[in-house]
Amino acid sequence: MRRVLSVLAAVVVFVALWEGYKAVGDPDGTVLFGTRVLPRADDLSMPHVWDMLRRLGRPELTGGRPVWQVVLGACLFTLGITVAGFAAGAVVGLLLAVAMQRFRLVERGLLPYVILSQTVPLVALAPLIAGWSGNLSFGPYPWQDWMTVAVIAAYLSFFPVAVGMLRGLQSPQASGVELMRSYAAGWWRTLIKLRLPAALPYLFPALRLAGAAAVVGAVVGEISTGTRGGIGRLVIEYSREATSDPAKVYTAMLGAALLGLVVAALVSLLELPLMRHRRRVPVVTM
Amino acid sequence: MRRPLLATLAAAVLTLAACGTADTPATPAASGGVTPIKLQLQWFYQAQFAGYIAAVDRGFYSEQGLDVQLLEGGVDIVPQTVLAQGKADYAVAWVPKALASREQGAKITDVGQIFARSGTYQVAWKNSGIAGPADFKGKKVGNWGFGNEFELFAGMTKAGLDPGRDVTLVQQQFDMQALLKKEIDAAQAMSYNEYAQLLEAKNPATGKLYTADDFTVIDWKTNGSAMLQDAVWANTEKLGDPAYQQQTVKFLAGTIKGWAYCRDNPEQCRDMVVAKGSKLGKSHQLWQMNEVNKLIWPSKAGIGLIDEADWKQTVDLSMTTKNQTGDTVLTKQPEGVAYTNDYVRKALDQAKAAGVDVTGAGFKPSTVTLSEGGA
Repeated sequence: MRRVLSVLAAVVVFVALWEGYKAVGDPDGTVLFGTRVLPRADDLSMPHVWDMLRRLGRPELTGGRPVWQVVLGACLFTLGITVAGFAAGAVVGLLLAVAMQRFRLVERGLLPYVILSQTVPLVALAPLIAGWSGNLSFGPYPWQDWMTVAVIAAYLSFFPVAVGMLRGLQSPQASGVELMRSYAAGWWRTLIKLRLPAALPYLFPALRLAGAAAVVGAVVGEISTGTRGGIGRLVIEYSREATSDPAKVYTAMLGAALLGLVVAALVSLLELPLMRHRRRVPVVTM
Repeated sequence: MRRPLLATLAAAVLTLAACGTADTPATPAASGGVTPIKLQLQWFYQAQFAGYIAAVDRGFYSEQGLDVQLLEGGVDIVPQTVLAQGKADYAVAWVPKALASREQGAKITDVGQIFARSGTYQVAWKNSGIAGPADFKGKKVGNWGFGNEFELFAGMTKAGLDPGRDVTLVQQQFDMQALLKKEIDAAQAMSYNEYAQLLEAKNPATGKLYTADDFTVIDWKTNGSAMLQDAVWANTEKLGDPAYQQQTVKFLAGTIKGWAYCRDNPEQCRDMVVAKGSKLGKSHQLWQMNEVNKLIWPSKAGIGLIDEADWKQTVDLSMTTKNQTGDTVLTKQPEGVAYTNDYVRKALDQAKAAGVDVTGAGFKPSTVTLSEGGA
């Protein structure tokens, strides 16, 4: 209950900041030494919050569905892609982490490339994946456009899982590992009984990061490849109308923000059954 | 165990695919008399591609025995690259950009120059004192970059300006807000898209929509710095195959019929584009249809025929115009078969024989009234 209230309070604060800045800010923005330091506060750049909400209720095109329905439908479509990409990325990340924990050589050889993989700009990657994947098929089922986007989402989300999980798997103290060894437990048993449970507090923050990354990957992937149906595509289609209908752009952005919140909530739901009575690790970084 | 990045990525892809790859044959054999064909467009469905959409919807391709699938573009989709990679059978692309890809090794050939004229404008406020490219001196000039800017640079060079020194160049977004907010003095705009967006916006001072009287339009066509735009490109290597040659003629014949249909029935074509799920409003699409028709019709020699003088102008400008970083689109004359009229001539003959008016000598553009937001 307190969480819901604090989320609502955050929304109210944000709306107050937005409208407050609109009220006091210079409609032409504040320019210092030729650089704009504060954004313009005019209606074209920052539409009123109520204009955005009203726009949500009005039809997208004359005689069409209202914008909120279109945005919601697009969010659901992208949610599907995000979940697929997140699941694939999490599995790949877990497998990589286990492999890196098992073989020191793999860790030394692979980890730099895992990190390097995240420095490749998405805009360069997206057309490549779209190009390669066009020839793949699942037996009789051809590759679909949304799968390209899911691969991009997976590509972004495997990274925090791999790194966080590796840290978690290596977290048991030497005494614990030695105890397992004294029981003549093999690598597999040590993994199941000791390392995996110890890794959980590291895994969940990593999954949250992965969830956020999957959303970004899905939205950017849609924009990049022009995949029809999702919220990313809607953002770019509406932004073309920013000239004459600025509030419409923000409806799509609200949708994207909502999607991010929903995914974050879903990931923390995963946590509930497993994380009772366990200590939490606040941040997982390299 | 050192694995390159690509292997990691490929592993991820394969994990997702969990199966082998099935290479699609380059030219699928005509089974049951219908040949599947993919056409890569440059952008989302809009009236700019109405002729192809109409040819699909009205069955002009299927009467040629073709089953044409239209592939929408995206921000990072480069049609000529998709074509060169074999992911599409034909692609729609602007000539200078496609020639640049050719120079980089893409084996593609212009087989039909659908848009005979360029639709690129540079738009300024009427009261800004800008009447021609020479007046850009000392002003902030918006452009899209990514190879869309060369007509502007050619126009400025022709007017005696050094684009790198005499003007402040500003990278423009997809919308026209920068011009409306007077952040820039002149904005790049397509006659059929961004210019209409300006006329769909409300003037806060009057509460009414802006009108053409509020703006000065510099049209590169009247400045001698226009370049050829939308053309149908085919795969050069496959053009050696008689089956692909025939298919190209059939595809162009269907395309010609589609564009002729949209010239005579702009409202119906607008409706087809809207039905394809375009997010742009109806009046905007009708405007676009009308403007696109103006870029094609009337077509003296027949739609799709590549005019040698226009081609030469495009290539010359591509080789001589420098952008702000000193680059030209092309470093040398295009090698090999960059364009051919062989197939479009046959297609035109076929269309004429079928009673299609391929020149549109009597074409009169209509006057489209835009409503707010293009709705």
